[in-house]
Amino acid sequence: MSAPSENPAAVVTCALQKFADTPGGLLPLLHDVQASLGHIPKDCVAAIAGGMGLSRAEVHGVISFYHDFHDQPRGRTTIHVCRAEACQAMGSRALEQHVKTRLGIDYGDTTRDMRYSLEPVYCLGNCSCSPSVRIGDEVYARVDAERFDELLARS
Amino acid sequence: MAIRIFIPGDTTACALDADAVAVEMLLQARRAGLEVEVVRNGSRGAFWLEPMVEVEVDGERIAFGPVTPHDVAGLFEAGFPGLCEHELYLGKTAEIDWLKRQDRLTFNRAGVTEPLSLDDYKKSGGYAGLAKAVEMTPRDIVEAVTESGLRGRGGAAFPTGIKWRTVLETEADQKYVTGNADEGDSGTFADRLLMEADPFQLIEGMTICAMAVGATEGYIYLRSEYPRALHALNTAIATAEDANLLGDDICGGGRAFNLEVRVGAGAYICGEETSMLESLEGKRGLVRFKPPLPAIEGLFGKPTVVNNVLTLAAVTTVLAKGAEHYRKYGSGRSRGTLTVQLSGNIRRGGLVEIPFGAKLRDLIEGFGGGTASGRPVGAIQVGGPLGAYLPESQWDTPLDYEAFAEVGAMLGHGGIVVFDDSVDMLEQARFAMEFCAVESCGKCTPCRIGSVRGVEIMDKIRDGEQIEANLALLEELCETLDAGSLCAMGGLTPMPVRSAVKHFPRDFQRGAGS
Repeated sequence: MSAPSENPAAVVTCALQKFADTPGGLLPLLHDVQASLGHIPKDCVAAIAGGMGLSRAEVHGVISFYHDFHDQPRGRTTIHVCRAEACQAMGSRALEQHVKTRLGIDYGDTTRDMRYSLEPVYCLGNCSCSPSVRIGDEVYARVDAERFDELLARS
Repeated sequence: MAIRIFIPGDTTACALDADAVAVEMLLQARRAGLEVEVVRNGSRGAFWLEPMVEVEVDGERIAFGPVTPHDVAGLFEAGFPGLCEHELYLGKTAEIDWLKRQDRLTFNRAGVTEPLSLDDYKKSGGYAGLAKAVEMTPRDIVEAVTESGLRGRGGAAFPTGIKWRTVLETEADQKYVTGNADEGDSGTFADRLLMEADPFQLIEGMTICAMAVGATEGYIYLRSEYPRALHALNTAIATAEDANLLGDDICGGGRAFNLEVRVGAGAYICGEETSMLESLEGKRGLVRFKPPLPAIEGLFGKPTVVNNVLTLAAVTTVLAKGAEHYRKYGSGRSRGTLTVQLSGNIRRGGLVEIPFGAKLRDLIEGFGGGTASGRPVGAIQVGGPLGAYLPESQWDTPLDYEAFAEVGAMLGHGGIVVFDDSVDMLEQARFAMEFCAVESCGKCTPCRIGSVRGVEIMDKIRDGEQIEANLALLEELCETLDAGSLCAMGGLTPMPVRSAVKHFPRDFQRGAGS
């Protein structure tokens, strides 16, 4: 999903052209930059702040506030495991452990080969058919350890 | 003429392989030499039957489900897409008891129409509400909404008409309508289902609201966890713009309303209305002090309506069919229909729209069919992660806002999460604190720090360390959170914790003697 070959400065310039005049445009801008670069590199913060008429602290504050934004390179695919109550009622605590062991990483981490990043998520809105896992943009229902391994092999 | 086969394109249906079912259907139809058209409708919300495949036979739909890709070849052998004997045959969709027993006002189109077809929407009564609204004065629209008794469906249950009136009566050069689609509560998916299955209804509701309060701009704040809803909304908005149902001259009445979707970035707190406004302004989602109310100083400091998706959607029914029609459903001061979402450990989970007043037990047993695991129900959490855990003695509480408040619980956004009797309520209480620690915006100390301390106390209780003293400390901490937090995040985290301690005391004594 990430395209590390893109030039960060060019991506930021392009995003600023799109969103500098948009009211409350910082979130759409950050989404846009992250979609192109896979993350929001720390050394882009100054340019973003300058272009949006904000301080670097304000931009950094927003990036660090939201779980979706990352300032470090990410795996090509992000795997979200739902930790919320409906999934817990169907065995997500065991699934979480399995996923972590299977990928060899904890929440917030990326596999060494940069294929996967693992994140917790608190509800995917698929609560009648728990436990739920999101791989990339696809949500999967009734995921147990076996189904997770199958999905991973397919991804 | 091609035979129409309906296969939901909804998130849950697709999470259960509906896309693969659709592909397999096309393959098998070609093999059988049949001309078919696959329609990706929304879901009716009977998620336990998804993927539910429907076919039109003699003008009526018949259903099959749950259909896996492996079932498709067998279905065709049995005579599908015609009437056929097959174990997955469910009969006429309209006769499926689980659906038939509901009173669908808001979700009457879900799963029936093509979500992105404006034509379908209009043919099924869509935009009748707006057509009336453009002929009415703003005050009359607000009056109708007030008369209907509609209260906010996001959780706080504030009377919608009063909120709208405040915005209408506040003088300003710019006003906003915002749709809160940051549906973060575990066990809820009604907003998602509506946006995916019937996005025009939300758009129409917001447009009516704009007419009522004099707003020319609106935002839908959508959580990033809902990519399918994002696609549906953006497509529907573009279609509505082309048809002059959004834009600078709504229905030729000379009034303007422009609508845009903004995507959140994975912060539960942004479902809180003032935090959502901060986020829409491009800032950290820190909760604001109230007053000033958003209705007076909201987005960019201007008068702003903040309503939940279902509230805005319900307005279309109120306008199209009249306040009286809407009012006649419900109980006590809770008028209209309640959308409950049955989830967690439940056999027949999904979306149930019924008038307020039903009993929790009837829902869990009648609609839900008990637990998925087959074990007895142990606890039921109602109203999301900040809602109480109800023990069996409370399952006869009628589902209305006041009755729930009386037993120290809340209906919230209608999420009902069922646990079987293997649940460890200490773990659930601990999770409530942990969730608060992860998702707190950090503005109020009791919420930011107290939640972390709450997790630590729970760990001590689990380890059997001075259980009684730590339970007393936990209660004190809950009091502090309750009294010292600006918003529901810190204020209501004690609700699941206290209910777990009160109703399931044994789970907190397990560490004793260890």
